[in-house]
Amino acid sequence: MLAKRIIACLDVRDGQVVKGINFEGLRSAGEPAALARRYNEEGIDELVILDVTATLEKRRAMANTVRSVAKELFIPLCVGGGIRDADDAAAVVEAGADKVSLNTAALTNPDLITRLASQYGSQAVIVAIDAKRAGDGYAVYARSGTTAASRDAVEWAREAEDRGAGEILLTSIDRDGTKIGFDCEMTAAVSRAVNIPVIASGGAGSFDHFVDVFSEGRADAALAASIFHYAEHSVSGLKRHLHDRGIPVRQ
Amino acid sequence: MAIALIDYGAGNLTSVRKAFHHLGADIFTPGAPGDLAEAAAVIVPGVGHFSATRTLTANWHAAIRGGIAAGKPLLGICVGMQWLYEGSVEAPECPGLGAIKTRCQRLSGGIERLKVPHVGWNTLRFPKTAALFAGVAPDASVYFTHSFAGPVTAETAAIAEYGEPFAAAVEDGLVMGVQFHPEKSGETGLAILRNFLRLVASREPVLG
Repeated sequence: MLAKRIIACLDVRDGQVVKGINFEGLRSAGEPAALARRYNEEGIDELVILDVTATLEKRRAMANTVRSVAKELFIPLCVGGGIRDADDAAAVVEAGADKVSLNTAALTNPDLITRLASQYGSQAVIVAIDAKRAGDGYAVYARSGTTAASRDAVEWAREAEDRGAGEILLTSIDRDGTKIGFDCEMTAAVSRAVNIPVIASGGAGSFDHFVDVFSEGRADAALAASIFHYAEHSVSGLKRHLHDRGIPVRQ
Repeated sequence: MAIALIDYGAGNLTSVRKAFHHLGADIFTPGAPGDLAEAAAVIVPGVGHFSATRTLTANWHAAIRGGIAAGKPLLGICVGMQWLYEGSVEAPECPGLGAIKTRCQRLSGGIERLKVPHVGWNTLRFPKTAALFAGVAPDASVYFTHSFAGPVTAETAAIAEYGEPFAAAVEDGLVMGVQFHPEKSGETGLAILRNFLRLVASREPVLG
């Protein structure tokens, strides 16, 4: 049976993981490769490295970070954040990324989705959608949630699929960082609208939130960052919790 | 002798190459079919569309068939496994190697109308004993990402279920293939690749 995937996100700036890190017994807690190794040992299904570096110059260090993580990990690795064109995508693929995640660049230049899908295959192209509730729909935002994109998340997800995207990474801006749970309604609306996997993101605060998003939210995968940084919320603990509630996971 | 990893331009080979290097294998990319004479074994990787295999011309087919006849193991990965069949409905005009006498079909999603592509970790079961899966636990999970697959046949060495059963791996003598990505399947995947390398090593004295 196909397992629901648990994906850990590493927000990286200047070669260091920047979201709250509280791993015990980790010599260099902020070092992406060390964190990735820990997650892998705990049974994470996939990793996303998100480049939150502000300047172009520092971004060059990103390829080295990707290379160091990819070197010893043999699970799918996605890289996103600041990929603006085919050259940026090529650089991270070259460094060992299996998938690239496009967000703002896909909105401003939707042809990039198709171009990368034909070059690397659709399985390598994730379109990341940041959205918040707006009336009956879900408004898409670009540039890390700061700029309204004048699109609806459900329609944009459909278009991204038509253009060749292999997966949708859907983040609820309303829920991000709140720890009150995923936006299951929005996730279900997008997941029903497309025939490609939807990765839910934003709001994870407890194991039951994952149960909710995999059942009522119809998510194929769920992504979280800071929840796994505490020992009581280990990846393996989450998987046991899901398994006990009848949700298929890889163990 | 080194193992030939065929680059026919389908997706990127970084991950496959990296996994084999990690296991200490000596890998080279043949520039022409004739280079396969130097190989101890052949790997046909691939992600993406079956039509990419059209660059494997008749000369490549002949060289790879010659390799099998000479006792060299062959491993197809993902689209590379689909290529071992006569072809795929994804690109009916592109001939496969024809080592397995049927064609790959699009996954139906079954009566549950599951999403296609099939993406993620799924479990395997083994209908027969196969060198590729020696020591691999029943119900082991591996990573898939595909929309097409071969039907279950006598050559099928592992079966996965996604709305319907399909061939997750084939093994027929020295002809082997995996629909999943062993290079992305953690320790289980590495164990499978190690089994392949062990088989290759055991053949080398035969090949001289």
